[in-house]
Amino acid sequence: MDEKLSKKLRILADAAKYDASCSSSGAPKRKADVDGLGSTVGTGICHAYTPDGRCVSLLKILLTNYCLFDCAYCVNRRSSNVKRAKFSVDEVVTLTIEFYKRNYIEGLFLSSGIIRSPDYTMEQMILVAKKLRRDHGFRGYIHLKTIPEASPWLIEEAGLWADRLSINLELPTEQSLERLAPEKDGASIETAMAQMFERIEEAREERRHFSPAGQTTQMIVGADETTDADVLRTSAKLYGHYAMKRVYYSAFSPIPDSSAILPLKSPPLMRESRLYQADWLLRYYGFDVDEIAASGERGMLDLDIDPKLAWALKNRHRFPVDVNRAEREMLLRVPGLGARAVDKIVVARKHTTLRLEDVARLTSGLKRAKPFLITADHHPKARLDQLNLRERLIEKPEQLSLFA
Amino acid sequence: MNLRRITLKNGADLDGFRKAVRWLIAEELAPQHVVFAIDDAPGLFGDEQAGDAAPVSLPKGVARLIEQVVCHHDPERYALLYQLVWRVLNGERDLLEVASDPLVHRIDLTARSVRRDLHKMHAFVRFRRLKGDNLERFAAWFEPEHFILEAAASFFIDRFRSMDWAILTPIGSMRWDRAMLIFGPPASREDAPGEDSFEEGWRGYYESVFNPARVNPTAMRAEMPKKYWRNLPETAAIPGLIQTAAQRVERMIEQEATMPAKRTPERALEAMWDQEPKSLKELNAIIAKAGPLVPGATQAVFGEGPAHAEIVFVGEQPGDQEDLQGRPFVGPAGKLLSKAMREAGIEREQAYLTNAVKHFKFEQRGHRRIHSKPTAGEVKHYRPWLMKELELVRPKLVVALGATAVLALSGKATPITRSRGRARFGAYEGYITVHPSYLLRLPDEATKREAYEAFLNDLRRIHDLAQADLDTGELPLAAE
Ligand code: SF4
Repeated sequence: MDEKLSKKLRILADAAKYDASCSSSGAPKRKADVDGLGSTVGTGICHAYTPDGRCVSLLKILLTNYCLFDCAYCVNRRSSNVKRAKFSVDEVVTLTIEFYKRNYIEGLFLSSGIIRSPDYTMEQMILVAKKLRRDHGFRGYIHLKTIPEASPWLIEEAGLWADRLSINLELPTEQSLERLAPEKDGASIETAMAQMFERIEEAREERRHFSPAGQTTQMIVGADETTDADVLRTSAKLYGHYAMKRVYYSAFSPIPDSSAILPLKSPPLMRESRLYQADWLLRYYGFDVDEIAASGERGMLDLDIDPKLAWALKNRHRFPVDVNRAEREMLLRVPGLGARAVDKIVVARKHTTLRLEDVARLTSGLKRAKPFLITADHHPKARLDQLNLRERLIEKPEQLSLFA
Repeated sequence: MNLRRITLKNGADLDGFRKAVRWLIAEELAPQHVVFAIDDAPGLFGDEQAGDAAPVSLPKGVARLIEQVVCHHDPERYALLYQLVWRVLNGERDLLEVASDPLVHRIDLTARSVRRDLHKMHAFVRFRRLKGDNLERFAAWFEPEHFILEAAASFFIDRFRSMDWAILTPIGSMRWDRAMLIFGPPASREDAPGEDSFEEGWRGYYESVFNPARVNPTAMRAEMPKKYWRNLPETAAIPGLIQTAAQRVERMIEQEATMPAKRTPERALEAMWDQEPKSLKELNAIIAKAGPLVPGATQAVFGEGPAHAEIVFVGEQPGDQEDLQGRPFVGPAGKLLSKAMREAGIEREQAYLTNAVKHFKFEQRGHRRIHSKPTAGEVKHYRPWLMKELELVRPKLVVALGATAVLALSGKATPITRSRGRARFGAYEGYITVHPSYLLRLPDEATKREAYEAFLNDLRRIHDLAQADLDTGELPLAAE
C-alpha cells in the first residue's frame, strides 16, 4: 500500500472515529456471487477491538475532512486547525476491497465533511457505493452517512446501494443545534429521517432493496446542558416516529484543537453507559421515559447503579417478585434479570420449580436480583426494606464495555 | 455390568458419535455403563457394530447442540452429550427447555464456547497475499481453541468465493481454489506468508480509530483475548497506544482552545447553498444520470412543454412508444389526450406534460413489452424530482391523470372515483381525473363514449380553472 494513501487513511480514520454508530448488523443474509466478493451475516462481526474496548467492524472513514460547516463539537469543522486530506472515489474503493479480501473488515462505513455543496458530497459518497456494488460485485456491508442538506433524490439513490443509512442528530435539542451547529437545522434532519423511514418500510413490503438494515442515529452527551431525561425523550421520539434501529450515545470527548465554547474534560463515559442501559429499558423492557427519569434525580440518571436497579429501589412496594409465578412483564423489571434470562425462566418453570441455584445458572446478575426475588427456597423478607440496600448493591466502578 | 468403551476419532467426530449413539441406544446402555475414549487410530468401534442399529430421532435443538459440542476440546464432551441424549429419550423430551438443569447448563456453556471460537475465527483470520505469484492467492495462519475447521469453512466460502485461499491451523488446513474445498493435514506457522503489503496500512488505521480519551484495555481483552494476539498484525500497536493515551488526552485538555483562524470563506459558503438545479434542463440531466430504478428502460422520458406553462398534466409513466421516442404522451393514450384537449379548448403546446415515473417499466411477453404498474415505492422514488419539476414550472394548476399521479402528487394513495375533481397538492391548485389509457381499456363502445364525455367535461373545467384568477378565489361556478 503506497505511503501517500497510508497517510491519508490515518487522517481520515482519525477524523471519523467519533462516530459510534458503526455496527454491521441487520443486513439480510447475502453470499458472494461466483465472481463477486463479500457476504453479510445477521449480527455483524467485530474484526478487532482497539484499546478503548470499541469494536472495529467496518472500514470507518471520511471521504474528506475538509468541511464548509462549522459544528463546534466536531474535529473537522472549518475553523479547526487539523490536518486535512481527501480520498478519491477510487482510493476508497481500493481500500475497501483490499482490506475486505484480507478479512480485516465487514465492509465500509463512509461519511464525509461537506465540500463544495451537500449534493456534490453526497454524490461522491454514492459513487463509491455504486462502484463497489457494480464494478466489484461487492456484497459486504455498506453504511452511508446521509447528508440531510442534500437533495431528497440523493437519499433515494443512496438507499439503493447501502445496507444502512444514518444521519447523526448529534444534539438532542433544537436550541443546542442552533448554538453549536449553525449550518444544520433540526427540521431538515427530521424531514430526511422521515423520508428514509417511509422508503425503508415500503421497500420491505415490496421486497426491494432500500437500506434494508434500517437507519440509526447518534447523539453526543455532555457537550450541552441537556438532561438525560430529555435525551431519552428525544430517543423515544426517534424510535417511535422513524423506527430507528438504534440510537447511539457518544460521550463528548476532548478533540485536538477544540472549540472554546465547549467543555474540555474527560468524556462522561459512565453517563454514556447509563444512557445505553436506559435505552434498552425503553426498547426491550417495557419502561417509559418518565419512569426511567423518575429513577434518578432532576432528570439525570443515577451514575452509581444501573437504571433498572434505581427504579426498583424507588418502587420497592412492587417487589418481591416470585420467579415461579410472576408475569413476564414484571420479571423484566427485576434488577439483574436480562430479557434472555427472563425468557429462559418462563420456559423452564413449565417443567420445574425454580430454586435460587437454578436462577443462578440463568443469570450473572443474581446478587442484584436476590433482594427482589422469591424462589422456592428463598424470600428476601425485610431485606427489601433495608435502608442501606442501595449502598450494598453499588458495584465498584469499573469501566463497562458497551458493545459486548 | 462391565463398562462399555467407545473409542472415537480425535477432533470433532460427529459421524463416529452418531453411530455410537445409535448402537448404544439400540443396546439400551445407560450412560453410567459407557465410557468414551479418544484415539488417533480409531476402528476400535467399527461400522459393523452400528451398521444395523436404527437411527435415533432427536429433537432439532438437541441435534444442533450435538453438532456444536462435538467440536469442543473437552474430553468429556461425548459423555455429556450421551447423558443428554439418554435423558431426552427416556421421558424428558423437552429437557432443553429446562435451561436451569445442571447438565443442560453445562452443555449450553460448552456449545457457547464453541460458537464463540467460531465467531472469533470468522473475525480474526487474517489473509496474507502469497508473494511472487501472478495469480492472486491468499493464505492465513490461525490457532482455534476447538476443532472448528470444518464448521468454519462455509463462512469463508460464502464470503471469499471468488478468491483462492487457504487457512492453515495446528489441527488441519483447508484450501479453496474458487471451485472446491480440500481439507489437508495440520500445518505450521511458517507455511503461511509472514507479511502482507496492506498490513502496515491496516495497523495505521487501527491506531487512528483508537480514542485515547476512552482507553479501556479490560473491555478490549474481554472481546479480543490475548491468546489471539500473536496472529493479529494490528495488535503490535496496542502497548504503545495504551502507554501514550493518558499523555495524549492531557495534552488535548491542557492545550488552550486555539483561536480559530477566522475561516469564513463567504464565496464558498454562498455557493454551497446554491446547489439546486435551476432549470428543467439541469434537473433532467440529474434524472438521466441516475438511471432507471427498475432496469430495462431505453431512456428517461422527461416532461415537455413551455417552461412556465399554466397547466401541468401528470401521467403515470412512459409507455412503449414514449420509451422509444423519448417523449411523453406520444402513444395511443397520448393521442387520445391530445384530441380531448383540443376539443376542450386546451392547446397541447401551451401545457406542460410529464409523468410521475420517468422510466418505462414492463414485462417482456414474446416481442411485446407489456406495461407494468409502478409500485408505491417506485412512485415515491421519483417523487422528489417531480416536486422539483413543479417548483421550476410554477403552474397555476396541476392535473393528476389517474391514481399513480395522485399518489405522486399528494404522497397518499387515493381512489380516483372518490377524489375526482378539484384538489390541492401541497402548494398547488390541483385537479384529479382519470388517465386517458383508462378510456382505451373500457370494453364496450357505450361506456367508452360516456367516460370520454366525462373526461372531456373535466378538461373543460380544467381549462376554465386555468383561465380564472385562482389567487383571488374567483372561481367559475361548478358543482363541487
Ligand atoms: S458537517 Fe459538521 S459534523 Fe459534519 S464534518 Fe462538517 S463540521 Fe463536522
